Amino acid sequence: MDWTIWVEWIIKSILLILILLGGFAYLTLFERKVLARIQVRIGPNRTGPWGLLQPIADAVKLIFKEELTPAQAYKIIFVLAPIITVVPAIVVAAVIPWGQVVSIFGREVTLYIADLNVGLLYVTAITSIAIYGITLAGWSSNNKYALLGGLRASAQMISYELALGFSFVTAIILAGSMRMIDIVEAQRAVYYLQLGNFQIPIPMWNAIIQPVGAFIFLIATLAEVNRAPFDMPEAEQELTAGYHAEYSGMKFALFFMAEYIKMIVISAIAVVLFFGGYLGPDITKLPLIGQYLTWLAPWMGPVYMFIKIVALLFVMVWVRATLPRIRYDRLMLLGWKVLLPLTLALAFISAVGVLLAQDVNPALIWLIPVVSMGAGFVTIGLVDRSLRRKAYAAR
Amino acid sequence: MRLVEPFIELMTGLMTTLKMLVTEKPVTIQYPEEKKPVKPRFRGRHVLKRYDNGLEKCIGCALCAAACPADAIFVEAAENTDAQRYSPGDRYASTYEINMLRCIYCGYCEDACPTEAIVLGDNYELSFTNRRQAIYDKALLLEALPAGIQTTPQVTEPGKFTRSVPEMKDPQD
Repeated sequence: MDWTIWVEWIIKSILLILILLGGFAYLTLFERKVLARIQVRIGPNRTGPWGLLQPIADAVKLIFKEELTPAQAYKIIFVLAPIITVVPAIVVAAVIPWGQVVSIFGREVTLYIADLNVGLLYVTAITSIAIYGITLAGWSSNNKYALLGGLRASAQMISYELALGFSFVTAIILAGSMRMIDIVEAQRAVYYLQLGNFQIPIPMWNAIIQPVGAFIFLIATLAEVNRAPFDMPEAEQELTAGYHAEYSGMKFALFFMAEYIKMIVISAIAVVLFFGGYLGPDITKLPLIGQYLTWLAPWMGPVYMFIKIVALLFVMVWVRATLPRIRYDRLMLLGWKVLLPLTLALAFISAVGVLLAQDVNPALIWLIPVVSMGAGFVTIGLVDRSLRRKAYAAR
Repeated sequence: MRLVEPFIELMTGLMTTLKMLVTEKPVTIQYPEEKKPVKPRFRGRHVLKRYDNGLEKCIGCALCAAACPADAIFVEAAENTDAQRYSPGDRYASTYEINMLRCIYCGYCEDACPTEAIVLGDNYELSFTNRRQAIYDKALLLEALPAGIQTTPQVTEPGKFTRSVPEMKDPQD
């Protein structure tokens, strides 16, 4: 193998890690700012203009904090747990395509590190490892609250992994491949909706064809990264801080980092699977300036990815600002009794729809959104009825 | 069966927070730079008032110390002379100390004062780093002199400031 390819991989990996770490730092600021504005506050604004240096101040504070280890903790695992949590979060990002091929100094460089033909399988495999870190952190702290937080985390993540996996399956069926790039390229088609004289372009993203699958994916990712309203493992009012109650200083920062990097990565995966990945409007077709921008066109992939990821991250923060934490039994109920059967049904509907579109008529692809939205609303109705009956019986 | 309503309810909640983000201005007051004016009857740090001619209103009667439920005030009186006059009448407060760690800002001292000398002011930014500093003395509590007036003690002509408690109207506030 050519040695330059090794250099290229190393440089790309380091760049990706740096981007993820920088993204983590500024995601915390972004979240605090958005939360503040939703709560009609200003948010951090003391460090630098608009509080832009706040992440650096936080980092300096955390580095100089005392590292405490509980006397009865299992030391080796206690130290290892944050690392086990943070590494998978970063490693997952290896298969995410940020764009196609660009040329730097005449060399063709792909904007992804690994091009696995089972990319999605890799993602599910690696995200599952992160559970070990959290559970072991809770257990090795030798603290009741931390243990409960760790147990809750593992139970919750395993439950929602299933719904997540089946919404992966819907995207896989629609693309016919587990390779991330194939999944993105399958969403390249644009459907022109004729409305009188106007043509409205609708990108054939998986979120358009399978809206319920995308919605469930977003719900399941919230549970997967332990974000509100599914932040049971670190429920502050019940468990003080859950699995990281005994951690301080940089060890705590690693858990924090893992959570936010997971947010970024899982948003990136959501973008790839359901929101058209690095695809976006073709800038070479812009009027007037378009023809001079051909050199820029390959570089627009990361830009579109970035815009979409920020939009999804905003949705995560927005949901956190809106919804209260749900009860633990209802969380389990939602995962096992609602989302799992519904995603199974969605996988079935997608498969049948794809078959019909291939063999009978391509327009039949539109059966998928219609039928799956029907299934989604029926599910909502059933859950609503069941909850109302319970409320009536309790009276 | 309610199919769409629960979904609409969810969206209503999300739209409420989004509306806050887009339409509402932050209500935060950037404290050290901008301060909210206090209410008219706010009870902050005490101020010892002066007359327009610069003489202190306090006559050292110690009624405030007697009224103080927290026993925070200590007053010691001394004699005025026309050559060294601090306040109208016979006596003035040579020592006036309030222990801010004991004070509960009830305002009874203000009510007890016959000359309206002690008033609870607007200042709420009280901080000290040891107990010694918590005892505010007369120099700190006294109001600043009006412009162009010499400080106390003043030399005054005999027989002018014989009345220690001035004639007053009934309080309005």
